[in-house]
Amino acid sequence: MLDKRMPLDAIVAELADGMTIAIGGWATRRKPMALVRAIARSGLKDLTVIAYGGPDVGMLAACGKLRRLVFAFVSLDHIPIEPHFKAARQAGLDVWEMDEGMLHWGLRAAAMGLPFLPTRVGIGTAIAEDPRLRTVKSPYDDGETLIAMPAIKPDVALLHVHRADEKGNVLTLSPDPFFDELMARAAGRTFVTAEQIVPTADLGLPGNARYHLVERSLISGVAQAPFGAHPTSAAPDYQIDLAHLKAYAAAEGEAWDAYRQRYVAADEGAYLAAVGGADAIRAIPAPVY
Amino acid sequence: MTQTTATLADLLVAQCAEVWRDDPEWLATGITPIPRLGASLAKLTFNPRLMITDGENMLLEQPAPIGPRDGGPVVEGWAPYARTFDNLWGGRRHALVAPVQIDRFGQTNISVIGDHARPKAALLGARGFPGNSISHPNSFFFPQHNRRALVEGEVDFVCSAGYNPARWLDGRKPHRLDLRRIVTNLCVMDFGGPDHAIRLVSLHPGVPMEEVRDNTGFDLAVLEQGVGETPLPDAAALAIIARLDPHNIRAGLIKGNPAAVRPASVRAM
Repeated sequence: MLDKRMPLDAIVAELADGMTIAIGGWATRRKPMALVRAIARSGLKDLTVIAYGGPDVGMLAACGKLRRLVFAFVSLDHIPIEPHFKAARQAGLDVWEMDEGMLHWGLRAAAMGLPFLPTRVGIGTAIAEDPRLRTVKSPYDDGETLIAMPAIKPDVALLHVHRADEKGNVLTLSPDPFFDELMARAAGRTFVTAEQIVPTADLGLPGNARYHLVERSLISGVAQAPFGAHPTSAAPDYQIDLAHLKAYAAAEGEAWDAYRQRYVAADEGAYLAAVGGADAIRAIPAPVY
Repeated sequence: MTQTTATLADLLVAQCAEVWRDDPEWLATGITPIPRLGASLAKLTFNPRLMITDGENMLLEQPAPIGPRDGGPVVEGWAPYARTFDNLWGGRRHALVAPVQIDRFGQTNISVIGDHARPKAALLGARGFPGNSISHPNSFFFPQHNRRALVEGEVDFVCSAGYNPARWLDGRKPHRLDLRRIVTNLCVMDFGGPDHAIRLVSLHPGVPMEEVRDNTGFDLAVLEQGVGETPLPDAAALAIIARLDPHNIRAGLIKGNPAAVRPASVRAM
C-alpha cells in the first residue's frame, strides 16, 4: 500500500543546504506558502529558487534563505513591486533573469530529458547576453540562429494542490494550472501540500480528470495543509488575502521582525488564528481585475 | 477652441484604442488601466473581431468594466498562461504595454533602474517582454513623457527587442519584430522614420512640439505631411469609456486629471 503522507516538517527535512528548488504557482496564486514558511523557519540556507515569483520569493529572501534566483518576474500583482525581493535584489542577490516563456521552455526541456530546446525568445534583448545561454544554428535550409534554452533541472519541486490522495494523485482545481506539471516533470523529486487529503474515490475522477496534474509516480510526498497557499489564493477554495498581502508588503525593516515573529515563526495552527481563522479566509471575496 | 468634456485620460484611452484599429481577429492585450480601456473601446466600437481577457485566464465575449462590478461577464474561452504563450508565439496578438523606459530603437525596460547586478531600483523583471517583442506587434503607453522614460542611449536593461541591429543575431531582424505606436501624455508617435526611427505623428491639443523634444532623450523624426493634432474622442466614444470605467478610476491615473485640451494659460508655461 502506497502511503506518501508526511508532515510539513518532514518535507523540509528532505531538503538540504544549497539545493535548487522550483516553487509552483504564479505570483499571488497557489503558492505553497505553508511550506515556504516552514523553510523560512528552518536552518536551510544557500537555496537556489526557480519561480514565477510572488511572496514565496520575497519571504525566503527576507529570511536570508536565497543564494540565487532563477526568474522572469517577482510581483504581488495588486502591489506590482515585491518589496522584500526588491530589497534583496538591490543588495546584490544573484539572479538569472529570463523571459516567462524561456523559463517554461527550460523546464520543458528538463521534463523531456533534452539538453535544450531552441527558441527565438530572448533574441535582441539583454537576456541573451547571459553567459549561461548559447546559440544553435538550425540544421535545415532556413539556417536561422536560435537561442538554445538549456534544461532547467530543479533538485526538488514544491507545489500546492487542492486535493490529493495518500498515493500522490493530485488535483489542481483552479482555472489556471500554471507550470506546476512541468516543474514536477523537470525536478528530481516533487513534494506537494494539499488543502485536503481524501480517499481516492473522493477525488471525483473521471469527472475531474482534466485537473489531475501529473502521474502519482512523480510525487514523493504529500502533506495536508489547509489554507496552505494563504495569503495567496487557492481558488475556488479561497481567494487572495489582499489585506494580509498589504501588511506583508509594508513589513520592512523592524516591522519585518514583527511580521516574522507573528506569522513565520508561528506553527500553522497559530498562523491560521493570527490571520483570522478558516471562516474569515473562506469569506474573502474574489479580486476584481 | 474646440469644446469638449473629454479629459486627457479619455483622449489617451481613445488613442490607445487606435493601435488595434486594423488588427485581424487576434488577442488585444492592454496592460494597465488606460491601455486596457483602450482595447475594450476598440472592441466595442470599430473592431469587434478582437479577443480580450478578464485580466486573468478567461476570454470574454464583451469587455468587462474596470473596478468593482455586478455579475460576471460572459466567458467565451480559456486563456491560461501556457496557452497564452502558445498563442503569442504564433503571432496572433497585439499588446499595448507600459514599460518604465524606452529608447530610440524602441527597446524597453521593466526590469531594473541602474546596473543589472546591483540595481538602484529593482522593478518587476523582464516578464514576457522578450517573447512578446519578437512574436507579435507591440505598442507602448507612457503616462509621463519625460527623459527618465524616453531615455538617451539605450534603456538600462533591454527587456524587449527593438530596431537595434547591433543586438540582432547574425544582423537578422528578429522574426516578427513589429513595433507600432507610442502613446504618451503629450503626443502620439510611431516607428515610421528612417530605419524605423521613432516619429512624431500628433501632438495632444495645446502641447507644443518643443515640449515633446525637451522631454525626449533622443531625436524624433516628424511625419512628412506635418505633425497633426491628436483628435478628441467623440461623444459616442466618451459614453463607452464612461460605461467601461463607471467608478472613474481613470481620473486618478494622470496627475491632476487635466482636460484633453490644454488651456492657453498652461501653454505659456
